[in-house]
Amino acid sequence: MKFNIDKGFKRILLLLLSVPLVLLSLGIYHGLMQTLYRSGMISQRTFAALDYYQGLTLHGVINAIVLTSFFAVAFGHACMSYYLNMKVRNSVAWLSAGLMIAGTLMASWAMLAGEASVLYTFYPPLKAHPAFYIGTALLVVGTWVAYFDWVTMYIRWKRKNKLVKTPLPVIGTLVNFTMWFVCSIPAAYELLVMLLPWSLGIVETINVPLARTLFWFFGHALVYFWLLPVYVMYYAMLPSLAGGKLYSDNAGRLVFFLFLIFSIPVGVHHQFGEPSITRGMKLVQSILTFGVAVPSFITAFTIAASLEYASWRRGFRGGNYFGWMLRLPYFDKERYLFSYLITGLILFIFGGLTGLVNASYTLNSMVHNTAWLPGHFHMTVAGPVFLGIIGMSLYMLERISGKTIRLKRLAVVVPHLWMFGILIFSTGLMAGGLRGEPRRTNLGLSYLNPESPLFRPDWVLTTGMAVVGGVIMFAAAGLFFIVLIDLLLVKKTETSHLEFPAYEVLHDEPRVGILDNFRPWLVIMGMVIALAYIPVFRDIANLTGPGAKPYHPENPVPLELFEQPNEEIK
Amino acid sequence: MDKYELRIITWTGILLVIFLVSVLRGVSKYATDLPECIPYDASFTAPRISQLDDSTYQVFMLAQMWSFEPDEIYLPVGAEVDFYLSAKDVVHGFHIAGKGVNMMAVPGGINKTTTKFKEPGIYPIVCHEYCGSGHQHMKAEIIVNYPKEN
Repeated sequence: MKFNIDKGFKRILLLLLSVPLVLLSLGIYHGLMQTLYRSGMISQRTFAALDYYQGLTLHGVINAIVLTSFFAVAFGHACMSYYLNMKVRNSVAWLSAGLMIAGTLMASWAMLAGEASVLYTFYPPLKAHPAFYIGTALLVVGTWVAYFDWVTMYIRWKRKNKLVKTPLPVIGTLVNFTMWFVCSIPAAYELLVMLLPWSLGIVETINVPLARTLFWFFGHALVYFWLLPVYVMYYAMLPSLAGGKLYSDNAGRLVFFLFLIFSIPVGVHHQFGEPSITRGMKLVQSILTFGVAVPSFITAFTIAASLEYASWRRGFRGGNYFGWMLRLPYFDKERYLFSYLITGLILFIFGGLTGLVNASYTLNSMVHNTAWLPGHFHMTVAGPVFLGIIGMSLYMLERISGKTIRLKRLAVVVPHLWMFGILIFSTGLMAGGLRGEPRRTNLGLSYLNPESPLFRPDWVLTTGMAVVGGVIMFAAAGLFFIVLIDLLLVKKTETSHLEFPAYEVLHDEPRVGILDNFRPWLVIMGMVIALAYIPVFRDIANLTGPGAKPYHPENPVPLELFEQPNEEIK
Repeated sequence: MDKYELRIITWTGILLVIFLVSVLRGVSKYATDLPECIPYDASFTAPRISQLDDSTYQVFMLAQMWSFEPDEIYLPVGAEVDFYLSAKDVVHGFHIAGKGVNMMAVPGGINKTTTKFKEPGIYPIVCHEYCGSGHQHMKAEIIVNYPKEN
């Protein structure tokens, strides 16, 4: 089914898809540079006018917040209109896109000017320019605006189709943004009520443990916000791309609703090493994090079953348990999207398993804040999430602009090369992490500098592996940009439209009321969050000492002192 | 739900229970646990080392931009140490690789963990949380009977 789109909607989608892709060039460039800094190949603070930590901030904010939010909104617009066969209100979509772009520009200015080298987690008491906080908040609020419009669309549709199953991609999109809306309220509170007045000097001190806990209330749900659009692709598109059908549609619904419950009340597993939260609540949230493994295992089964079915339809005739895996169209240039999704899925197996290590209470002490962590999350956010986003962006750009890509073979090579690069890169980081390499550190200045007293010869091999992986990933990203730029030069042959791979279900079960109704799940979500977080906030209130004054990342003297025109202190 | 789905749900449940039991067993068998958090009291933030008896020590560690205080700690083999960690300015990390000592130093909070040094050697302490432009230079080490001074 083709869904024709009007000019206004076309422009919105093109804008939302292309702004982050343009910025991505900067984000990926500094991804490569970091591997060089870390290995000691660059043993200096800055290279080509970008400071290591400034580039690290750009890398995190652009790749993990800007790219993912813009794509989630663009893909959400497309899913809501395509699967409900209704129009998104262009005026609202413009308002949302405008807020997001304004926010991105403000935050980008602050980062490029070197006024916000505080990393994307913006941990106080390191202080950034107020524009960084306002910009990030505007970006988030822009995504809310789009979500509010989708909710009204869904309610209007549901009124007319009370007993019709809501299309799975619509459930996925709405679950994702509902979870996102709930988790970003504390983040907005942290940004606008705590950080902004503090960075402007209106409030003198900030409660650091509280700010960090509010951030991680948001921060772990954030990773599912990146992931769920790709889950929509896995459930609704991957089976038919492979030549099969989705094994069970109700399994997909259950998975999305379970994410609504388990995405948020697990944030404390990022804070196992911190004071001000007692062990009991850390264990509770550790167990809740294992809860997220349930939808992941259901997904692993359902998608594998769907792919095996596809394999049988493609001529697989049994024999051994895993032979079906060989019959899938990994390198079919006529359906490059399959390559992007399957390579992401392969990486996600390792990403998911290493994630279980992180969640495992005391085991976390072996890996917390070491290079193991970026090793893990590059197999999730730079695995399924990134590959799904760029593959689907290419796929949507083709149809929205009415063009067809010419470099199909190259488009198929990209995800495979990227997966290969990530596997080397992440292995290097994780092995290094187990040997104690810290994350987020310009290692080349000290630990990987043979002239420094801190030199660690046992980290040379692992940081070197990360360089090899980084170079391969950079090459893969370069090839992707070539495919993309070539698409710009192609002539338009079709009208602008939206079209996704067909959604077909193998076991088409009747509608189950509870899997087509948000209310009960929202109630459970609220209760679990309250149970998991009220004791944590009580701990913080009871155990925390005085607040902290702002510091500039460049200077160990409190900001209030060195900003005074007093030469002695300076 | 068909029989394969039921089977996978059962396996998932069993697997998760095994994981959880292993986690809890690890805590009890190896007597390791996450850091303990202590209600804030300024007296914990004064950097010092104190010896309680032959093999029991307390180290009050203050992390600041960009150093640890104390930054050289000499211990005998077999010493059991309570680390009390606090931060003077911004958030820092405190990691002794291979010992499972992994804590955050957060302004306004006091963190505590206990560990035993059974093997002689030099144990470097790494700050593993970004704390500004000098982050990679933070340095401290624990010297356990090496060179033999005790």
